Amino acid sequence: MTATNKPDGDLARLHERLAHDAETRALIDVAYRTIDSPVGPLLVAASRHGLVRVAYQSEGFDGVLQTMADRISPRVLHAPARLDGAARELDEYFSGRRTSFDLPLDFALTRGFRAEVQRLLPTIAYGDTASYAELARAAGRPRAFRAVGSACATNPLPVVVPCHRVLRADGTLGGYVGGVEAKRTLLDLEASS
Amino acid sequence: MVLLPFDAVVREHGAVVLRVCRSMLAVHDADDAWSETFLSALDAYPSLPHDANVEAWLVTIARRKCIDLIRASGRRAVTVERMPETASVLGLPEESAERSASADRVARAVSALPPRQRQAVTYHHLGGLKYQEVADLVGGSADAVRRAAADGIRALRKTMEAER
Repeated sequence: MTATNKPDGDLARLHERLAHDAETRALIDVAYRTIDSPVGPLLVAASRHGLVRVAYQSEGFDGVLQTMADRISPRVLHAPARLDGAARELDEYFSGRRTSFDLPLDFALTRGFRAEVQRLLPTIAYGDTASYAELARAAGRPRAFRAVGSACATNPLPVVVPCHRVLRADGTLGGYVGGVEAKRTLLDLEASS
Repeated sequence: MVLLPFDAVVREHGAVVLRVCRSMLAVHDADDAWSETFLSALDAYPSLPHDANVEAWLVTIARRKCIDLIRASGRRAVTVERMPETASVLGLPEESAERSASADRVARAVSALPPRQRQAVTYHHLGGLKYQEVADLVGGSADAVRRAAADGIRALRKTMEAER
C-alpha cells in the first residue's frame, strides 16, 4: 500500500499541499490523521459532519480507511487540519485535563440498536462505570445485554464515546476494542484525575 | 474490486505522475500540474469505474493539466481535440527499480533542455503528437519543431552518455 519512490521529500510536501488545497475546495469527504497516545497510536477521522472514527492500531489502519472508503466515500485523504480540535481534546483528556469531549460526532458507521446504545454511552460520567445490564435497561431493552456488549465492541468512536466505562456485572473488565490493557489504562487515568 | 481510499492512490501513483509532469514542464510548474492533477482526480474519483486502470487515468489527466499550464503561460491557445493514445513509457509500476531510476534521469535531462527543445521532445516523443500538432500547440512551423526535437534528442543522448 505504501509505494513512495525516490523524490520522497518532494512527494511528502506535495501531498501536504494537496491536502490543504483539497480542503479549501471542499473535496475531502473523510479527513484523517494519526496521533500518539498512552494507549498507542490512534487514527482519528472526520467526515463533513463531525468525528466519525477513532481507531486503535490493533484494528488495522489500512482496513479502517478502506471501510470508510466503502461506507462513507472513497474521497479519503490524510488531512490533519480538520482533526486539530479532536487532537487537542484527546491530548487534554490523556493528560487528565478534560473529562468530557465537546466535538461534533458523526455516527455514520453504525446503525440501529447499536447506535442507540453508543449514543447513551456519554451519559456514563467520567470516572464512573456501568454494567452491560444497566446499559441495556437504560436503552429500554433490559434483556438485550448481549446486544449491548456488541454495541460496545463495535463502537466506531472509542475513547471519545466511552465504551471503556462499561464493565461486567461482577465488576471484571470484560472485553474492549483496543484490548483489555488499554481499557485498564483509561479507567486508571479517569480514577486518578 | 473496490475503490481504495484516495490517499492510497496518491501514495501509489504520486511518483509516476510527478515524473510525467517533470518531463513536460519546469520543476515549479510541474508541482502545480501535479496538484491540479490530483485535485481533479479526487473530485471525479467516486465515479471512476471500479475496474479502471487508475495509473493510465491519472497520466491522462496529468498530460492535460500540463498542456493547460503551457497554454496559460502565454502560448497561443490552440484546441487539442483529444489526448494522444500512446501509453506513457515512464515509471510503469512493474518496472525494476533500475529502470525507474533511469526514467528519472531521462525526465531530469528532458526538463533541463531549452524550452523549445523540451516541448518538441515531450510532445512528439513522449506525448505522441505529430510535428504539425506540436507546432499548432507551441507555435512555429512543423519543420522548426522537427529540428528542435532532433536537437533535443541529440542533447539528451549526450547528457545520458556523459552520466554513464
